[in-house]
Amino acid sequence: MTTRRRKKEKRERWSPGDAITALLPLNENYDTMRSRNARTGVLFILPFIIGFLVFMVSPLIQSVNMSLNRVELVPGQGYALTWNNFENYKYAMGVDPYFNQYLVEESGRMAVNAIATLVLSFVIAVILNQKFRGRTAARAIFFLPVILASGVLPGVEKQLDFNMLQGVSDEIAAQSGVNISAQLQNLLSVSGIGSGVFDVLFDMIDAIYDIVMASGIQIIVFLSGLSAISPSLYEAADVEGCTAWEAFWKITFPMVSPLLLVNAIYTIIDFFMKNDNRVMEWINTQFTRARYGESTAESWIYFGVALAFIGIASFVISRVVKQYDS
Amino acid sequence: MTAKTERLPRTDRRSANKKSGGYLLKAGIKKWTVSIVRGLLIFGLCFMIIQPMLTRFGSSLMQEKDLYDATVVLLPRNVTLENYKIVADLTVFPQSMLNTLWTSLIVSVLQVIACTLVGYGFARYEFPLKRFWFACVVLIIVIPPQTIATPLYMNFRYFDIFGIFKTFSPKGEPLNLLSSIVPYLLMSITCMGLKDGLYIYMLRQYFNGIPKSLEEAAYVDGCSTLRTFRTIMLPDAMPTVLSCFLFSFVWQWTDLFYTRNFLKGMPIYSTELSSILTRMSRYFSADAEKAVVVPPARQQQLVAIGVLICCIPLIILYIFTQRTFVESIAMSGSKE
Repeated sequence: MTTRRRKKEKRERWSPGDAITALLPLNENYDTMRSRNARTGVLFILPFIIGFLVFMVSPLIQSVNMSLNRVELVPGQGYALTWNNFENYKYAMGVDPYFNQYLVEESGRMAVNAIATLVLSFVIAVILNQKFRGRTAARAIFFLPVILASGVLPGVEKQLDFNMLQGVSDEIAAQSGVNISAQLQNLLSVSGIGSGVFDVLFDMIDAIYDIVMASGIQIIVFLSGLSAISPSLYEAADVEGCTAWEAFWKITFPMVSPLLLVNAIYTIIDFFMKNDNRVMEWINTQFTRARYGESTAESWIYFGVALAFIGIASFVISRVVKQYDS
Repeated sequence: MTAKTERLPRTDRRSANKKSGGYLLKAGIKKWTVSIVRGLLIFGLCFMIIQPMLTRFGSSLMQEKDLYDATVVLLPRNVTLENYKIVADLTVFPQSMLNTLWTSLIVSVLQVIACTLVGYGFARYEFPLKRFWFACVVLIIVIPPQTIATPLYMNFRYFDIFGIFKTFSPKGEPLNLLSSIVPYLLMSITCMGLKDGLYIYMLRQYFNGIPKSLEEAAYVDGCSTLRTFRTIMLPDAMPTVLSCFLFSFVWQWTDLFYTRNFLKGMPIYSTELSSILTRMSRYFSADAEKAVVVPPARQQQLVAIGVLICCIPLIILYIFTQRTFVESIAMSGSKE
């Protein structure tokens, strides 16, 4: 199947000469079916091409430019750039008191949360794929966070915590003993078990709300993969004396694992672009303080970090996961 | 697993269990345990998702003294609707909501039209540099909009095409497009709005799944490209198109970033909500210039109401369109 598809693609590749003659009139190649189709195709995606060039490529170039220069506003005309020898990047990495700190903190939080999100959404998807009463309702509720945790909504109440309640609520929780996980953590650390691994685990448990709120799409994607597995596979395994546990690892997991990569990338991007992300907030703050050059430099660094995470994730996952041809 | 017809009377079941050497009992216990644990887990997680909304609703009806009363937790003792009025004042309520409604509608309709065309183009036609352009689609999913925000902002602030506007305008200045909705509409129609890459991707996945023979038959019968698209492909793709529209609408409704940068001229609910805290302290002071410290509990209550007002229309929408949302994602994911 794959080889055939590859061959087909090879045949349909465009040489530079073909491409140009297909688009320009008054030559032999112009009026062939293939060229006509190509022109229609280009017309269909024309909005995207225009938008990409005008609203993405040109601002991107300007943005790189701004991050490399000192930006000053000129009233009535825009801005003026003066070359300043990577000063903005030096500022972001060395001078800015918060950027580095937030970047490291958020990246760490992201790594932990992304893994937790993937595991949790997979487990929930497996559960939701079983037959039980109220399954439709449960699915609907698990998807609700896609709406409830988007845009401003998660950010507003967090902002509140940062402004006024910081410290106070932690204090109250610590004293009143309402916080069960904190109590348990105390107990464990007293008995000498509270090591680094446990700290991470407790961080995850404390962040369970955030994690569930961030895993709506992932659950649905996994669920779609799970429901696409043919039941006859399980029947065959059952007949051969396979236990449910073995069936899970030998059938369910490999069949769904290609979706792991999609979900991992989605999770990482989603986390990096959230409004309640502190790096994001900080870059916005810099922007409103008219530190244009610095804020663009910082967002480029941030983008680089995000890309690096996506690269690492896809490398690791593609190593672990076997690709099956369907 | 066991159908209802297999259920035997109690005495028979007991003897059947004995005959099987305790296997039936064990299996039954296992089944029950699994379903109880599963029920608890699902219920707990569902409750965790819904609970904040319930608390918000409960506290929204409380009078201020209830907030400080330790015996009042979830349900109000003194019910009042006064808080809603305050929040409505703080967020310029009916007007900002109406603005949000029509901007979200227009923007998402434009986005979906553009993305459907582009998605169809990617799914069906072979043209030069196709892979490159598709890589660009993936790129716009990945690039954080913050990276290009500043230059875009500047471009629209001092908008000009080859200096045309500058020469003809009375003041000799380029246009300022920021106070209008035009730039954002331009971005939406050219697929550069909020999460457009994702919609293109979803729609392309869908169109890829429709058999090509349908269109080929249409072409053979002399149907033009546009007509084939309109009368054959589009009706088929309607569920996916609709769900992209819903996503786009909902995300636009709550969006802060694009709205804050490109829709400055009018009150939009999400931006009003994001600045509710600063507005609040001014609102409660007698003197308009001075800010007063509003007690945290009160702040929390009012912000919660703001969030609630923002969510309620979306939740109602979701209840009616839940199927479309969930199924389309399932479809685009499965063809990965």
